[in-house]
Amino acid sequence: MKKAALIRRDIVDIVYRSSAGHIGGSLSETDILVALYYEVMRIDPENPGWADRDRFILSKGHSIDAYYCVLADRGFFDRKELLTYSQFGSKLIGHPNRQIPGVEMNTGALGHGLSIGVGMALAAKMDKKDYRVFVLMGDGELAEGSVWEAAMAASNYRLDNLVAIIDRNGLQISGKTEEVMAIEPLGEKWKSFGWNVSVIDGHDFSSICSALSEDRKVRNMPSLVIAETVKGKGISFMENEPKWHHGVMTPEEYKKACEELDRLLEVL
Amino acid sequence: MNKIHNRQVVCETLMKLAKEDRDIVVLCSDSRGSASMKPFAEEYPEQFIETGIAEQNIVGIAAGLAASGKKPFVASPACFLTTRSAEQIKVDVSYSNTNVKLLGISAGISYGALGMSHHSLQDIAFLRAVPGILIVVPADRFETRLATEAIAGYNGPVYMRLGRNPVEDVYSSHDYDFQLGRAITLRNGNSVSIITFGETVKTALDAAELMSARGIDCRVINMHTIKPLDRDCIIKAAKETGAILTIEEHSVLGGFGAAVAEVVVQNHPVPMKIMGIPDEPAIPGKSKEVFAHYGISPENLCVEAEKLINMKRNGGC
Repeated sequence: MKKAALIRRDIVDIVYRSSAGHIGGSLSETDILVALYYEVMRIDPENPGWADRDRFILSKGHSIDAYYCVLADRGFFDRKELLTYSQFGSKLIGHPNRQIPGVEMNTGALGHGLSIGVGMALAAKMDKKDYRVFVLMGDGELAEGSVWEAAMAASNYRLDNLVAIIDRNGLQISGKTEEVMAIEPLGEKWKSFGWNVSVIDGHDFSSICSALSEDRKVRNMPSLVIAETVKGKGISFMENEPKWHHGVMTPEEYKKACEELDRLLEVL
Repeated sequence: MNKIHNRQVVCETLMKLAKEDRDIVVLCSDSRGSASMKPFAEEYPEQFIETGIAEQNIVGIAAGLAASGKKPFVASPACFLTTRSAEQIKVDVSYSNTNVKLLGISAGISYGALGMSHHSLQDIAFLRAVPGILIVVPADRFETRLATEAIAGYNGPVYMRLGRNPVEDVYSSHDYDFQLGRAITLRNGNSVSIITFGETVKTALDAAELMSARGIDCRVINMHTIKPLDRDCIIKAAKETGAILTIEEHSVLGGFGAAVAEVVVQNHPVPMKIMGIPDEPAIPGKSKEVFAHYGISPENLCVEAEKLINMKRNGGC
């Protein structure tokens, strides 16, 4: 998908320029964010506080590079601001914060997003509003107990307006999730917590859009989409390499990454 | 002796407010009984959320509700609410600046004999260092109503700390000027000041009465808002009385006395005594017994005040 490739190109640029960021998880979640922000969610970048907008929480707050690039490209703020990423005094710091148009909550501490999403989904029910709430979590994040407190509450309150997505790239900072703290069988766990679970290819645009679409929701149940992804997706030497969790590129690596994406963009 | 719990007063006040304001939501963590919130849950089931015993989740949910325009009040035991969910308070409430009201019930040593797991003697130290959260501790049932109304009218994060047991009245009615961040001088005096909050305000007043019989005029200040502190009131007390004794139902480390001392030493240094629970697991027992064990009784406060006055006369510490 061309838009995702362009966003990945932006990610590579801002990460290289700033020598900061979490590029591996940003590249794995890019297609999901593109699907949400260009296809699935009801949003208005001109009016980020619109009361009936769909809500998005980046619970894996460190994967900010992709999020900023998508928000800027979608017009929530000027693309020029991306040049300030991680610089002293910039609003665009290493985790989401509400000073940035389009960002709903400050995240960065893992395991918080789903509880916040439950609160927002409950508020929608109380106000009889039809907006939906999307929460994107990492797979390493699932070791946080608070995730499961929220998972229990979401099904207890039958929050069918809540969609959680797991960026299942299989890696976390120390290595494979299954070696650091085994989380499989993941789908079974969520099913047993009362969630409507689907497993998809997290890099296939139409699969993502279809899994997240309104008509896929099951009444009275929250939905979980396990998006199977590749950490570092799109840059050959970063794919499935734990060191690119928050690696920064040498000038040669940057050149190679750009060439790979530019070649892809030519054929798209 | 008054028999009405402050937590009952909070519930009654919130019920009155919730009638007019459908955005008020009360959340409990299997704590509707201990928080005296059953009447609210029964009368306003659509404005009440039960999370089960999950303090991290309850604070996160409250933040999500607040970010969507609701006015959540989380009523949960202070010991769990402020430590188990410390990170949610720091990030989801303070950093995200959500309009969440945290009601820490049965705070301090109220759970008495249940021991340190149930005491909350670190909450003020922790929350003082978290930006943007007001800390409010009413002294009696009258002040509890006024404080509840005041925090409901304030748009931003607040921690209100409440004891478990009914406390003796400090005031005789609701008819006085209560403002968040503005301390109340309950008794004038120029020999020494006692500055305190919550349940020990009454103890301080009793001590001042004893002192009066001994010819010592003791000022008593009810600092119901611990953050932001009423700095002017503290500096004035330092200048006019020259000696300050603080009492807190909290660890003496990093809490209320420390907060007052920060103002005193940087503005008008005078001899001070910080009374509270020492750096140890508090001895289990009924509040009065525990306070007496740690010297927080009217009689002993007189002794400590006299020591301060002598120190002042001898030219400082």
